[in-house]
Amino acid sequence: MGKRLKGFDVTVKDVSRAYGNFKALDDVSIEIRKGEFFSLLGPSGCGKTTLLRIIAGFDSPDNGVVLLDGKDILPLPPDKRQVNTVFQSYALFPHLSVYENVAFPLRLRKVPAGKLDAKVRDYLHLVQLDNHMDKKPSMLSGGQKQRVAIARALINEPSVLLLDEPLSALDAKLRQNLLVELDHLHDQIGITFIYVTHDQSEALSVSDRIAVMNQGKVLQIGTPYEIYESPATDFVARFIGETNLFPAVVKQCDPYEDYYMTTLDIPALGTEIKVTDYDNLAVGQHVSFTVRPEKLKITGHQPTRVGKDINLFRGIVEEPIYSGFQSKYYVSLENGTVIKVIQQHANYMDEGPDIDWKDQVFVSWSAEDGYIVEVVDS
Amino acid sequence: MSTSPKVKSAAVAAKLKKQPKKMRLEPSRLVEAPKGTPGPYKLPKNQMFQDHRKFGFSNIMLVLVIAFLFMPLFVVVTYSFNASRGMRWTGFSLEWYYKLFFDSKELWRAFANSFVIAITSSIVATFLGSLSAIGIKWYKFKSRSYIQVVSFLPMVLPEVIIGISMLIFFTAVKIPLGMFSIFVAHTTFNLPFVFLLVSARLEEFDFSVIEAARDLGATERQTLMKVIVPSIMPGVMSGLLMAITMSLEDFVITFFVSGPGSTTLPLYVYSMIRYGVSPVINALSLVLILGIMLLALGFRRFLKTIAASS
Ligand SMILES: Nc1ncnc2c1ncn2[C@@H]1O[C@H](COP(=O)(O)OP(=O)(O)OP(=O)(O)O)[C@@H](O)[C@H]1O
Ligand SMILES: [Mg+2]
Repeated sequence: MGKRLKGFDVTVKDVSRAYGNFKALDDVSIEIRKGEFFSLLGPSGCGKTTLLRIIAGFDSPDNGVVLLDGKDILPLPPDKRQVNTVFQSYALFPHLSVYENVAFPLRLRKVPAGKLDAKVRDYLHLVQLDNHMDKKPSMLSGGQKQRVAIARALINEPSVLLLDEPLSALDAKLRQNLLVELDHLHDQIGITFIYVTHDQSEALSVSDRIAVMNQGKVLQIGTPYEIYESPATDFVARFIGETNLFPAVVKQCDPYEDYYMTTLDIPALGTEIKVTDYDNLAVGQHVSFTVRPEKLKITGHQPTRVGKDINLFRGIVEEPIYSGFQSKYYVSLENGTVIKVIQQHANYMDEGPDIDWKDQVFVSWSAEDGYIVEVVDS
Repeated sequence: MSTSPKVKSAAVAAKLKKQPKKMRLEPSRLVEAPKGTPGPYKLPKNQMFQDHRKFGFSNIMLVLVIAFLFMPLFVVVTYSFNASRGMRWTGFSLEWYYKLFFDSKELWRAFANSFVIAITSSIVATFLGSLSAIGIKWYKFKSRSYIQVVSFLPMVLPEVIIGISMLIFFTAVKIPLGMFSIFVAHTTFNLPFVFLLVSARLEEFDFSVIEAARDLGATERQTLMKVIVPSIMPGVMSGLLMAITMSLEDFVITFFVSGPGSTTLPLYVYSMIRYGVSPVINALSLVLILGIMLLALGFRRFLKTIAASS
C-alpha cells in the first residue's frame, strides 16, 4: 500500500482553452488521485492532448487552475514541474544513443558518473532494453522506441507520468503486450499515470478510472465498470463498446416488494419494453434506453417460457459476422429497426454457428439488463 | 447457448453436412501438385530479380557517364607528367611539379587569398544562414514567405548580374575593391545555399524533441545547446562545406569585385591561361584533387567521431 503514495494527486479545476472561437477545452474539472492509473478517453480532436500539454506546461489555459499535490503549478515552466511526458511521437533525441537518451535528464542535473551509469542501466533493464543501449533511435522498432521514451520519462522519478497515446503507432498484438507491461510498471513504481487514448478497449483494460471527453468537455468520470455499464450520456454509451440505443418515453412505473419495474414506450421498436430498477422516473418522461448487444440472447426457436421480465422480439438476421470466439448479428425486427446481438461461442461448434443469413430468430433480454442512459429534457 | 435445437432453414441444413469432428484435412489437399506446376518458393523466370552483373543497358550508361566525368581529369593528370609543353607526349618528367612548388610564388599567393576568403566567408555565411533558417522556421511572422523567396534570388540570378551589381554597389558606397569586397560578395552568394541546406534539415527536425527536453528538465539554453544544435549539425556542416567549395571555385563574381593584390586562385589560373596553357596548371590540378580528396576523407572521419562522441 505504502508505495502507492509516491505519486501526487492532480487537480484540474474549471480549465478552459480556446483557439480563436474554437473551444478546445470547455470548463474541464478532473480530480486524479495519488498513484492512480487515470485515462483520458475520447475521439480524435476532443482536447485530450491539449489538457495533457497544460498539465505538462507547454500550454496555458485561458482560465482555471491545475494543482499538483495541492500546489498551483501553472506559473512554473515545464522543466520545474515534477511531471514527465511520454510523447505521442516518442520525441527521442535522434543524435543520442538509447543509453544517452535515458541518461539525458541525469546529465542535466550533473549526477555523478557512477550513480548515473547504475541508474540508467536499472531503468533500461526495467523496460527490457539492456541489449540495445548503444543503438541510435532510428535503428529501433516502434515498441522499443516507446520503451526508451518511457524509461527516459521515468528516470527523473516524476510524481506524475503523462502518456499521450504512446501505443497508437503500434500493431494490435504489440499494443496488447506493451499495455500489460505498462500496467505492471505502474504497479511496480506506484506513481500517478495519466494516460491519453482514443481506444476504449485500452482504457477499459488498464485504468483505475477513466474520464470520457468529447468536444472539449468531460462527459463522465468513473471506473471502467461504471463507464461501461452505466454510461452517463448517449455519447458515452455509443463510444464505449457497442450498444443498442433508443429514445423512449416512460409509460408506467410499478413498485414491487423489492424492486421497481418500469415500462418504456419505444417508438423505434414499435412496442413497450420492461426495465428494472429505477425508482426516480416520472410517467411521461423522455429518456434514452440502451442495452448492450452481448446481453441479448438470440435463438432460432421461440423460447418456451417467457417471464414478465423478458423482452422478446422476432426478427430476421440481416448480417451475421463470425469472428471466432463470437458472432455478431444485425437482426432486423418486424418493424424494420435493426438491433445488434453478440453471441459468445463458449462451446465447440461442429458445424459453425447454427444461425445464418436470413434466418428467422428470436431476440430477448431480461429487464435487468437494460439501462436508462439519461433523461432527455424535451 | 451452445446446442440450440436444430431449427434451421433448408439452405443452412444443406450447407452443414455432417462431418467427423477431428479429421478436417482432406487427404486430397495433401497430394503433390501436378508435374510442371511451379513450386511455392520459386518465382517464374521472368519475375526473378534481375542479375545486376549482367552487361545491361544501365551498366553501359554508368560506365559512359563516369568516363565522361573523369576523362578530362585523367587527361590533365597525365599531361602534368609530360616532359614538354604541347599536347604531344614526350616522356615522363616531374618538371612541372618542381615549378609548381618552387617557382610559382604568385600562384601560391593567389591560393592563400582564395583559402582565406573561402574560410572566412563560409564561416560567416554558415553562421548567418543557419540562424536565419532557424529563425524563419521558429517564429511565425508575416513577411516570412517573402524573405524565403527573396533569399533564393542570388541563387537563380546569373552570376554576371550579381557580379556587376556588386561592383556598382561597392563603388557607390566607396568600399575599395580587394580582399574585403570579395569576402562580402562571397558571404552574400553563399548565404542562400546554407539557408537552404539548414532549412531542409530543419524540415525533418521533430519539434516535439524541444518539448521533450524541456519536459525532462532542460532550460531553454540547455535545450538549444544539447538538443537543437547537435541535431541540425549535419545540415550546418554540409552548408559550410558547400560554402567553402563555392567560394573556392567562384570566378565570375570575384572577377568583378577583386582589386589589385587580391587575385584568387581561379582568377590567377585564368590569367595564366591567356598566355597559353601552362603544364604547371596540370600539376596544380593533381595536387588539388589529391588535397581535396584527403580533406573530404578526413572530414568524414571527423564527422563520424563527432557523431559517436556526442
Ligand atoms: N495550436 C492550435 N491552434 C488551433 N487549434 C488547435 C491547436 N492545437 C489544438 N487545436 C485544436 O484543438 C482541438 C483539440 O486538439 P487536441 O490535440 O487536444 O486533440 P486530441 O484529443 O489530442 O486528439 P487526437 O486523439 O487526435 O490526438 C482540435 O480540434 C485541434 O484542432
Ligand atoms: Mg492528441
